[in-house]
Amino acid sequence: MKVSLFVTCLVDQLWTSIGVSSVEVLRRVGCEVEFDRRQTCCAQPAYNTGYLKEARQVARRFISIFEESNADAIVSPSGSCTAMVHHYEQLFAADPEWLPRARAVAAKTHELSSFLIRVLKVEDVGASWKGRLTWHDACHGLRDLNLKSEPRTLIRNVRGAEFVELEHADACCGFGGTFSVKYPEISVAILDQKIDAIERAGVDAVVSGDASCLMQIGGRLSRKGSNVQTMHLAELLSRR
Amino acid sequence: MNHLSSETFRENARAALADVHLRGALKNATSLFGERRKSAAASLPNWEELRNQARAIKDEVLSHLDKYLEEFVRAAESRGAKIHWARDAAEANAIICGLAAERKARVIVKSKSMTTEETHLNAALEAAGLQVVETDLGEYIIQLADEPPSHIIAPAIHKTRGQVAELFTSELGMPPTDDIAQLTSTARATLRDRFAAADVGISGVNFAIAETGTIVIVENEGNIRLTTSLPRLHIAVMGIEKVIPRFADLDVFLKLLPRSGTGQRLTTYQSFITGTKRHATDEGPDDVHILLLDNGRSRMLAHPVTRQSLACIRCGACLNACPVYQQVGGHAYGSVYPGPIGSVITPQLMGIEKASQLPYASSLCGACREVCPVKIDIPRLLLHLRGEISERKGSAAERLAFKLWARVMMSPALYKMSSLVGRVLQRVMPISRAWTSGRDLRPIESKSFHELWSDE
Repeated sequence: MKVSLFVTCLVDQLWTSIGVSSVEVLRRVGCEVEFDRRQTCCAQPAYNTGYLKEARQVARRFISIFEESNADAIVSPSGSCTAMVHHYEQLFAADPEWLPRARAVAAKTHELSSFLIRVLKVEDVGASWKGRLTWHDACHGLRDLNLKSEPRTLIRNVRGAEFVELEHADACCGFGGTFSVKYPEISVAILDQKIDAIERAGVDAVVSGDASCLMQIGGRLSRKGSNVQTMHLAELLSRR
Repeated sequence: MNHLSSETFRENARAALADVHLRGALKNATSLFGERRKSAAASLPNWEELRNQARAIKDEVLSHLDKYLEEFVRAAESRGAKIHWARDAAEANAIICGLAAERKARVIVKSKSMTTEETHLNAALEAAGLQVVETDLGEYIIQLADEPPSHIIAPAIHKTRGQVAELFTSELGMPPTDDIAQLTSTARATLRDRFAAADVGISGVNFAIAETGTIVIVENEGNIRLTTSLPRLHIAVMGIEKVIPRFADLDVFLKLLPRSGTGQRLTTYQSFITGTKRHATDEGPDDVHILLLDNGRSRMLAHPVTRQSLACIRCGACLNACPVYQQVGGHAYGSVYPGPIGSVITPQLMGIEKASQLPYASSLCGACREVCPVKIDIPRLLLHLRGEISERKGSAAERLAFKLWARVMMSPALYKMSSLVGRVLQRVMPISRAWTSGRDLRPIESKSFHELWSDE
C-alpha cells in the first residue's frame, strides 16, 4: 500500500524522530512511503484560536497538495492534526467548491495507530522495548477519532514492555494549543494532575500519540527532574 | 457581594489556583459527581439513544419555539396560571417586584433558580425592601456568605465543610461544629420559620410542558415543594427555552437530568404544577404566576450555530468534567453560568465584549461534549465564539502574528527560512516565558524532518 506521510509541523521542527520512526514502522508493515516536501501545517493553530480566514487559507493549501497524491492513504503520527483535517468540512461548510475536496482528503487521512489497526489490520508490528510504560490518551485522538483500544493493542504487543493503565488516562494534559500560553498557570495546574498520575504509576516511560501532549508532559517532567521518559507511539513501535 | 468580572478571568483564575481550600473542595466534589454520573449513565443500556432523543426533542422545540411557547401559555392560562413576558433582566425583576408590592409582601422564600441568579433578582428585591431567603441548602450557604453560586447545581461546591461550619457559627450563632447533620438541622430549623412567614415563593422551572401547561421542577431537599405550596403566591421564573412539547417527553429528560447532574436515578422530589388550585378550600397558593424570560435567548436562537446552546438542561455535568473548571472553580468565570457551557452562554447573554476571555478558557479537550446529556457540541461553539472575537476584538499583535503565520505556512521557502531563523533565535532569547514559567521547552531540531528526508 502506498502511503503519503503528513509529518505535522511540530514533528518536523521539534521532534523529528517521531517522523523517522513512523516511516520505519510503515515500511516494516509493507507500505511504500512518500513525503511531499511542500507540506507545512494543517491549520489547527489558527482554527483553534479563531482566525478562520487564515485557517481556511492554510487548509486549502493542505487539500491542494494532498489531493494530488496518488497514495492510497495519508497517514500522520498525530491524532490532533488528523482530527483537524477531519474538521475541514466545518471550515468549508458553506463552500460548495471546497467542501467535497475537503471531505475527500479527510476520508483518506488516518492517524498512525488507527491506520495500522483499522486499515491494515496489523496489531503487532514486531517491536520490542524493555520496561514499564503507560499510555496517555491525547484528547483529539480519543474524542474526535475515537482511538482508545487501537494504541493499547499495539502497545500490548510490544515484546518486553510491561503496560500499566494510567489513572484518568483520558484526562486532558492541559496543553490545548494556544491555551497553554494564553493561560499558562491553568495549563500547568491541569498538567500537574497528569504528572501526579504518571508518578503514581511508577513507570519508566509515558507514551502518547501526539507530540504536543508529549512536549507538555515532558516539559514538566524535565522541569521536575523526573527520570520518566516521554515517547511517541511511533518511537516505541520502531524499537526492535 | 463579591462579584468577579468575566473580563478579569485570568486574574480570577490565578487567585483561585492559589486557594488550597478551594482546590481541595473542587477536586473532591467534581470527581465524586463525575464518578456518580458515569455509573448512573452506565446503568441505562440505552443512554446514547436517550441522548439522541433528548437532542431531537430540543431541536424540534428550538426550531418552532414560538409555536410551543404559545401552546404552553394557552394551556397554563386555561388552568388559571398568569403569564408574564420579560425581554430582559430589568423587566423580569420589575414585574416580580411589582407582584410582591401589590401583595404588600415582606418575606420571600426562594428555591434554587439559575435564571433568577442570571437576572440578579435578589438584589432587586432587597433594594425594594424585601427580605429574601434562599431555601436550597447550598444557595442558603452562599447567601449567608454573600457570594454568587459557583456551580449550576451545587452552588456552594467551592466550600469545605469547615468553612460552612465557620459561616454558620458567625452568621447563625450556632456553637462550632463540623457535624454535617447538626449543620443541616440548624439550617432546616431556621428555614422552616421563614417558610411559615413567607408571603411569596419564587422558584425556577426545569421543564415547561406545552401540551398541558405544566411546569416541572426537580430537587432533593423538599424546599421546592414548600416554596411552591406554602406562600399564597408562587412565581415561577423560566427561560423561554425550557418548554418541551409533550408530557411523554419527560420520560427522556427525567432519566437524563438527575443522572447527569448528581448521578441519581431519580431526584427525591419531582413537582408537577399545572395552574392554580381547583377549589378555594384546596391547599396551595391562591395564585401561580409564570414569568418567561428572554434576556438574550432569542438572539442565540436566531443563529444556526449558536442555537444549540439553548438545548442545555442545566445539569452541570460539563462543569464537573472540565479540566479548567476542576482547577479554578466557578467564581473565576465571573458569571452565574461557569464552566464550558457558561463560557458558551455568558458571552452570548452578556455580550461578547464583556466576556471575551471565556471562550478561550478551554483546552478544547472535548470532555464536556462527551458528558453532555443533550449532545451540545461545546468545543465547536467555543471555536465559533473565538472566531467572532478574533474578528471583532482580537488583539492587533495576535492578528498580525496569525497573518504572518499563514504567510509562512503558505510557502515552503518561508517555512524553511523561519525554521532556520528559529534555530538561531532560540539560543539567544527565551522564546516564550508563558511556556517556560512552568515547563522546559523542547529545542528546535538542528535538522528538520524535511531535511532528513532530503538527505535520505
